[in-house]
Amino acid sequence: MNTKKAFLGVDVGSVSINVVAIDQENNLLGKIYVRTEGKPIQILKETMANMASMLPHDVEVKGVGTTGSGRELAAVVVGADVVKNEITAHGIAALTFVPDARTVIEIGGQDSKIIILRNGVVSDFAMNTVCAAGTGSFLDRQASRLNIPIEKFGELALKSKSPVRIAGRCAVFAESDMIHKQQMGCSCEDIIRGLCEALVRNYLNNVGKGKEILPRVVFQGGVAANVGIRKAFEDALGCEITVPEHYDVMGALGAAILAKDYASGGRKTKFKGFETIVKEEFTSRSFECSGCANYCEIVELMAGDSIAARWGGRCGRWSRSNRTAEKACAVI
Amino acid sequence: MKVTFPHMGQAYLAIKGLLDDLGIEVVVPPPITQKTLEIGTKLSPEMACLPLKINIGNYIESIEKGADTIIITGSCGPCRFGYYGVVQKEILNDLGYDVDMIIFDPPNSDYKAFIDRIRRLAGKNSWASIAQAFNRASTIVKEADEMLDIALKKRAREASRGDTDSKLYRFEREVMGKHGTREILETIRKYKVILSQVEENPEIWPLKIGLVGEIYTLIEPYVNLNIERKLGYMGVEVCRSLTLNEWVKVHLSLDIKHRVRHKRILKKAAPYLNLCVGGHAWQTIANSVYYSECGLDGIIQIMPFGCMPEIVAESILPKVSQDYGTPIMTLVVDEMTGEAGYFTRLEAFVDLLEQKRRRRADEYQESIFRG
Repeated sequence: MNTKKAFLGVDVGSVSINVVAIDQENNLLGKIYVRTEGKPIQILKETMANMASMLPHDVEVKGVGTTGSGRELAAVVVGADVVKNEITAHGIAALTFVPDARTVIEIGGQDSKIIILRNGVVSDFAMNTVCAAGTGSFLDRQASRLNIPIEKFGELALKSKSPVRIAGRCAVFAESDMIHKQQMGCSCEDIIRGLCEALVRNYLNNVGKGKEILPRVVFQGGVAANVGIRKAFEDALGCEITVPEHYDVMGALGAAILAKDYASGGRKTKFKGFETIVKEEFTSRSFECSGCANYCEIVELMAGDSIAARWGGRCGRWSRSNRTAEKACAVI
Repeated sequence: MKVTFPHMGQAYLAIKGLLDDLGIEVVVPPPITQKTLEIGTKLSPEMACLPLKINIGNYIESIEKGADTIIITGSCGPCRFGYYGVVQKEILNDLGYDVDMIIFDPPNSDYKAFIDRIRRLAGKNSWASIAQAFNRASTIVKEADEMLDIALKKRAREASRGDTDSKLYRFEREVMGKHGTREILETIRKYKVILSQVEENPEIWPLKIGLVGEIYTLIEPYVNLNIERKLGYMGVEVCRSLTLNEWVKVHLSLDIKHRVRHKRILKKAAPYLNLCVGGHAWQTIANSVYYSECGLDGIIQIMPFGCMPEIVAESILPKVSQDYGTPIMTLVVDEMTGEAGYFTRLEAFVDLLEQKRRRRADEYQESIFRG
């Protein structure tokens, strides 16, 4: 039987876990977008089980890439070949699916970023630094406060005739501004539209500060589903915004593409296989290292009886790569 | 009299050696840790910049170990560091600590005050022996920086990850047991040899990144979240623009050759900034231009949150980057402990430089085939 090759991309973010599978020609074989719910390991295992049933039987996984803030964790759980930061992953995905892209706006759950692409490579990038006002989590929170399903949020904004002005600099200010406007009797649509505009203004002044935003502009990340934000960006930038078909899983797609590149060198995958992933029991324990007055909290991830990974040390004693950790331990 | 001082990278080696030689009892503050930062942030004004808070943490930890006199340099500079000594003295007094604080402002005009303070510290030592001790201490500064430079080169190329750092750990432990400039210098020299023998992987062709920015955050590894080590492990060779040696040579010594070089580099900033706007902003711009001319792959600017001079530099740097085509990234450090976002930025920046270099190599190959 002739097996088809597949490559997995796993993006473990703060709010969602995305898993995609692509074939040799970057065609999507399956995608899953679920909420992290604060339990990344458990949800990831369930997601992998779902992915296994989604893929045709004659498909064989030849490479796995992980990305997102939980990329190290995901790499340990699934056995990844490539572990890449979100910026590179998003940049690669945008370039693959929108080859003439020159600017990528990515707004996720906990962070937002801008990636400037020139001549087919990432030439500059920025991430939000001190503030979460311009991110998906904030929109989420406001939607639930107004008791509007987040999916309806954008459509509602488009219905607005005269948007109110909301301060966008800070989430706390924005919220008190919104409440103020709401108590003045402004309509819900106008407030939401105002919020979308504030968020875009905040993004362009903060993350996009000093960056040359040239078309074509690609908008990806979970927030790209929000037509209100999309419209506000188009108004502010005065150009059309492209939202790729799989805007919500672009990070995972980037990771999958990187895994494909890795495997194209003929290297064998470290993928554990769906069955092992689902079966393997992970437990974690944490302890305080008493090596110095930093008292770092070290988290130890156990796969069955063996230590799968350790995180949290500042000095490298319990380092990212366990080989280094052993060496440093021998010294201290 | 038990003297202590704030930490700043390897400065403790020279200061301890100097005070040892002068026969003054010295309390080296414990290495900066989470606890130092906690003490510092609890006792300092919230709006103060990070170095001041860490200094306070250092003092308190040293006072707990018996120190009763603190020495710190002043700067009279137009950056907040200028009033560190005075403010810190007030903070400690308010807390009820009975400590003496000797602030060494640069002797711009008031030589008498400067000499009085040295006398107060050095007691009965003769001027000749004081001068000799200072001289040996500045040799320590120089050689310690040379040692770190070897480590920076080796870390990017080491055959087995962590080799260089395990040597450095061992150095730090060994040197704490030494007394006086002579012994400390011997240890540094010994480890210079040991470090230069670390095995290299000849296949590694490191990227080169220059570090510019505020001097304290550049020099103190705890504060910059060990950026040199993180980059080194990614296979990046780090070039440091501001070092202790550089600072000593420009501010304290009479090394004419070095001053001329310093001026020459500063002149490079002329199209963008042609005067001192406080702190090291001028140097940040000048060194960025210098690094770009040298052909470094990228530049990273580091500053503490709210550092005025570096904010000025930050807004000028995009122009430098545009003119020379060298990617420049700014990192702001504060009391944060979450390293994940920081690491993501570094990794993405290194990826960007790597892609750029590969592209350059491809274009070069193409031009050969065409030509």
